[in-house]
Amino acid sequence: MIAFLVTAGAAFLMYLILTAGSGTIGFWSLSELVMGVLLACLTGLIARNFLCRSKNYRLLDPRRLLQLLVYVPGPFFVELTKANLDVAYRVITMKIRPGIIRVHSGLKTDLGIFMLANSITLTPGTLSVGIDEATNDLFIHNINVGEGDEKREVIESTELFGLANLPAWIRRIAE
Amino acid sequence: MAAIDILIYICLTIGVVFNTLGVVGLLRFPDLYTRMHATTKATTFGSIFTSLTVVVYGLYLFFTVNDSQYLTLAIHAFLAMACLAFTNAVSAHALARAAHRSGIMPMLAVVDRLAEAKL
Amino acid sequence: MIDAWVLAVLCLTVLMALAAVRLVLGPTAPDRAIALDTVNTLVIASMILLGVVFKEIIFVDVAIVYGLLSFVSTLYIAKYIGGEL
Repeated sequence: MIAFLVTAGAAFLMYLILTAGSGTIGFWSLSELVMGVLLACLTGLIARNFLCRSKNYRLLDPRRLLQLLVYVPGPFFVELTKANLDVAYRVITMKIRPGIIRVHSGLKTDLGIFMLANSITLTPGTLSVGIDEATNDLFIHNINVGEGDEKREVIESTELFGLANLPAWIRRIAE
Repeated sequence: MAAIDILIYICLTIGVVFNTLGVVGLLRFPDLYTRMHATTKATTFGSIFTSLTVVVYGLYLFFTVNDSQYLTLAIHAFLAMACLAFTNAVSAHALARAAHRSGIMPMLAVVDRLAEAKL
Repeated sequence: MIDAWVLAVLCLTVLMALAAVRLVLGPTAPDRAIALDTVNTLVIASMILLGVVFKEIIFVDVAIVYGLLSFVSTLYIAKYIGGEL
């Protein structure tokens, strides 16, 4: 029942966002609202088993969602800008020293690993290539391996980011 | 020339410049993984900025002209931008993993822990 | 004001042609796949800009659907390259 409500609510919210500006009740017209409720119920009936597979509803906590809304335009966007200046420097000067290193993530849940892998792909000089399912370690292709780092077996994930501590943010949001 | 025009010119220039850097990196880098660095980061950032221009333009016209179709334009452009940023990162990871599984090793690499781990 | 949008779309079109060079040259299949992915991203960005040029919001909707479909196709190409399909 909770799975149905969550899925239908998310679908209805998406419908409202897509049809904003169609009428006079708030931003919506009456026919759009009725149609949205019907379609959201249909979507909830069909898709509840795909979208809420793990029966874990910790992301419904508003504090986590609020932190996610701060995280994406805040520390994440700063790292993204830094990554692009770094790529611009590498494209122009061609100073590269690539290698695949093993990074210890310290996260346990699937959602946390997913967010960390995506954040790593868009942050300076790193691209996630593989995941060790047993220990939740990530394999990262680094475009400029630091001197001496190629001899170390495992690198902590906090060493990859310069300005903000992204793994701590992800741990607060996802676990 | 109003301030909004200058803002739009700056955002469009940033977007086109970073897209150019991404494509130049795609043509210039020596192997698959370094090319993927250039395309994933630079093209995503450039496309985010060109879409952000449309969002700013739509919101500006909505608040001055007060026509709700410009609000629709801004919201839909923002949604397209969110889809773009999310899907690019995931598909880059999937392609990198598939390429490594199919046996393409990174050139010039000083270390390769994934090949040593034999997953 | 319109001229800036058209100029940006023209730049993106030239970049698409340059990315297609890698699509033709690329020595391996994943190289071609990332070149195709780049062309898709540039097409989406220019579609959003064209929506402003022609004042048609439907262009932006088509861009959203195009982006999601190209994401699915890239995932399938990746599965095929990795030998899981």
